[in-house]
Amino acid sequence: MSAARVGVVTFPGTLDDQDAARAVRHAGGEAVPLWHADPDLKGVDAVFLPGGFSYGDYLRCGAISRFAPLMEELIPAARAGLPVLGTCNGFQILCEAHLLPGALMRNAGLHYICRDQRVRVESTATPWTSDFTEGQEIVLPIKHGEGRYVADAATLAALEAGGQVVFRYAGSNPNGSMNDIAGIRNEAGNIVGLMPHPEHAVEDLTGAPSTDGRGFFSSILKRLVNL
Amino acid sequence: MSERPGEHGVTLDTVKRAEDTPDERQPYAELGMKADEYERVRQILGRRPTSSELAIYSVMWSEHCSYKSSKVHLRQFGAKAPASDALLVGMGENAGVVDIGDGWAATFKIESHNHPSYVEPHQGAATGVGGIVRDIMSMGARPIAVMDALRFGAADAPDTRRVLPGVVEGISHYGNCLGLPNIGGEVVFDPCYIGNPLVNALCVGLLRKDQIKLATAPGPGNKVVLFGALTGPDGIGGASVLASATFEDESQAKRPSVQVGDPFMEKLLIECCLELYQADVVVGIQDLGAAGVSCATTELAAKGTGGMDVRLDLVPLRDPSLRPEEILMSESQERMMAVVTPDDIDAFMAICAKWDIPATVIGEVTDGGRLVMTWYGETIVDIPPGTAADEGPVYERPFHEPAGQAALNADDPSRLPRPDDLRATLLTLLGSPNLASKEWVTSQYDRYVRGNTVLAQPADAGVLRISEVMPGAEETTRGIALATDGNGRYARLDPYAGAQLALSEAYRNVAVTGARPLAVTDCLNFGSPEDPEVMWQFAEATRGLADACKILGVPVTGGNVSFYNQTGTTAIHPTPVVGVLGVIDDVARRVRNGFTGEGDRVVLLGETLAEFGGSEWAHVVHGHLGGLPPQADLEAERALAHVLTEAAAQGLLTGSHDLSDGGLAVALAEAVLAQGVGCSVSLPGDDAFTDLFSESPARALVTVRPDSFDAFAELCAAHEVPCQRLGVTGGSSLAVEGVLDIPVAELRETHEATLPGIFG
Repeated sequence: MSAARVGVVTFPGTLDDQDAARAVRHAGGEAVPLWHADPDLKGVDAVFLPGGFSYGDYLRCGAISRFAPLMEELIPAARAGLPVLGTCNGFQILCEAHLLPGALMRNAGLHYICRDQRVRVESTATPWTSDFTEGQEIVLPIKHGEGRYVADAATLAALEAGGQVVFRYAGSNPNGSMNDIAGIRNEAGNIVGLMPHPEHAVEDLTGAPSTDGRGFFSSILKRLVNL
Repeated sequence: MSERPGEHGVTLDTVKRAEDTPDERQPYAELGMKADEYERVRQILGRRPTSSELAIYSVMWSEHCSYKSSKVHLRQFGAKAPASDALLVGMGENAGVVDIGDGWAATFKIESHNHPSYVEPHQGAATGVGGIVRDIMSMGARPIAVMDALRFGAADAPDTRRVLPGVVEGISHYGNCLGLPNIGGEVVFDPCYIGNPLVNALCVGLLRKDQIKLATAPGPGNKVVLFGALTGPDGIGGASVLASATFEDESQAKRPSVQVGDPFMEKLLIECCLELYQADVVVGIQDLGAAGVSCATTELAAKGTGGMDVRLDLVPLRDPSLRPEEILMSESQERMMAVVTPDDIDAFMAICAKWDIPATVIGEVTDGGRLVMTWYGETIVDIPPGTAADEGPVYERPFHEPAGQAALNADDPSRLPRPDDLRATLLTLLGSPNLASKEWVTSQYDRYVRGNTVLAQPADAGVLRISEVMPGAEETTRGIALATDGNGRYARLDPYAGAQLALSEAYRNVAVTGARPLAVTDCLNFGSPEDPEVMWQFAEATRGLADACKILGVPVTGGNVSFYNQTGTTAIHPTPVVGVLGVIDDVARRVRNGFTGEGDRVVLLGETLAEFGGSEWAHVVHGHLGGLPPQADLEAERALAHVLTEAAAQGLLTGSHDLSDGGLAVALAEAVLAQGVGCSVSLPGDDAFTDLFSESPARALVTVRPDSFDAFAELCAAHEVPCQRLGVTGGSSLAVEGVLDIPVAELRETHEATLPGIFG
């Protein structure tokens, strides 16, 4: 049986694509590079939108990327159920593309912040988090300047009521996110966005002093194999 | 004839016109040139220079570009260089390159951006990162990490609150957007740096050793391509003039805007260059830094066939009103110049287009031995390029020992009262700005991107796994380690020893991670070279560093000199910052920082003497600077490094930490704070104060498992490194028998509260 194929998207200014591809490979999947200007998903089984500063974060984080040619293919595929994970800038892009509700604003402390953050898993009902247990606390690095999740009251209430909050910051809230939200999913559950970086927490030797990020990759690969 | 762009009614100063108007007065002095330097240009050309030629010579012969005051001293780094199999490219290129094994090479360099960072902290520091990253790119490498050595005035000084947050934000924004992990560096405060902060940026890159690129333009008929950002009126006369004169005697005209960086463009430029290298469509390449097009064209031409024709009117402009002289001096960021064969030019342009990088053929290599530039068909530059690039003035500046030096050295710290309460003394030091946690700064830097960071700040050295996807590269277990150090107080007391101590500490910091030190880069920050007392400091420091490199077997591969770091006649402490790169064969064997588990033996390596001159204790507690710095012991450093790297390779060590500022007491506290693992130790000597706070070099703290101790002690004995068991790790406090007992939580609170308390 051939390995599950996870597309890793590179926009101009994407930075964590190498890390994301390595994490997919470590988990036993095949990482398929997808180029922003190429409107072709190459038949991948899932898509990872990594972090970075796509298009320099000019105008607004993710605001230009959502118009990339690749997104013309990705947006309808995601709406039709393709599993998509966006981390950091990837999360910002998913919000700008209206695949996820709400927006990510400048951190409350106004500084970029890089630290190892405790995060609580609130939902395992997604193809990216099924290997975790609900309420489990994990450690993932965060590194962002604009990670404060905001949404209007109705949206926030709907997210909470629908179990769409997937991750919450535990301990101290690093950026002032509403309801300590670190990550959310769409109603269907196939699209997940979060500010923390699972791809930097998959190896003992490198990255954060945690391998909790492996759960994302084992979850999706299991799901793809069992499709 | 209708007016062409960039003329503004000013007559174009062509070569023809220069010949016809030999007596026209030229503003060479305003451009920072001395009368005799101007006279030499006239002799070289056999006529007066055109205004464009004057622009070129003035920037290329500035202190910043020509090293005219430092050159005679820097030659020692070559003359005294130790034999090294690892050195692939030495001084004189954009950066040095060393062989790190398995076909891989590393290139690294540190460079200052001090003056711009004072004028405009954010952009000054940001473009400092951008500049050094392009130096590394131009060697054919992928940049893989950065680090910064920073010096500021007193932490609570109002201007420090302006400068530091801006500098940190500039480094953070630019480096983070580039996707380069920031893995270490230093933040030091001292009143001597008020008005003259130091921002020294280091970048390291990785390449296959058979793919080194050089700044050269061989092959007549080859195309000269300018690519990257458009040229605008950025820092015109910027780095060169800014870096060549103190602020206060400057006319407004000489104080131009600092360049503004665009890290997004630089990130695209990195990926574009790497693709160009892989496609093998680059004959020679040079980044555009200080002196912009002037520097790139003269240096490329001088190192190539010797000739180049350039059509300056083809340079793509952001501001179409720029005059040719301004184009030549513009320091717009994120630009590169490549030499490409006519056969490869289409492939080259296609790759640039893929990355949305503007690229323009602006000239051609010739065999004429002349650099000729035209502006809409008229010749405005016609010079032998080597005369601008390599044959600038060289000064033997006079120097003598400073008048107060003997009195300073006689003011020994032994007269200072010793403290009764060593617990309080440790907490005072640990919370002082220089020793306090730098997390307020480093948490603004991405240390994880690219996925190869094994150790980063606050570890003694940054360590990276060598794992890049490149054609022809095999899997490797290797890693590299990098550290920078420099103690201005030591160098003020004795610049010869101070430079050696800076090298010793960086060398030791690399060795405590288990890596073998290989090579050196240096950033020499001093006051005005026209002051004979400053020049003495410079001469002593370079002599000390060159001698120490020879003994430690690590060659200087490149670096940078920053003069004129002074306000009025008051110079900064001489501050040689030294970066050391090491290699570790199996990076999984790297030694982690501090105490990593309970029940390990705590061992002190090296010999402790009563050395307090320039110490952190004298500085913080007494505000005293006098006497002599600790004595550098290079043979002892070498033996210590052997023990550390050998023990790491054998897997004997569970943790390590270098002893430096604040001595054993601060090292123990930092080792405890690394993971929150306490320790119980007793002191070996009969003077607890000296044991705890002396700053003797060539010492380190290590932990070993009890069953490894005998093997480790044998290794120390074989290398004649003193090895003393101090105690054992564990518990929730730092306990020194009969002296002090401080809970981890109290240490942490003291250590972490200081910088947030000052900077918010």
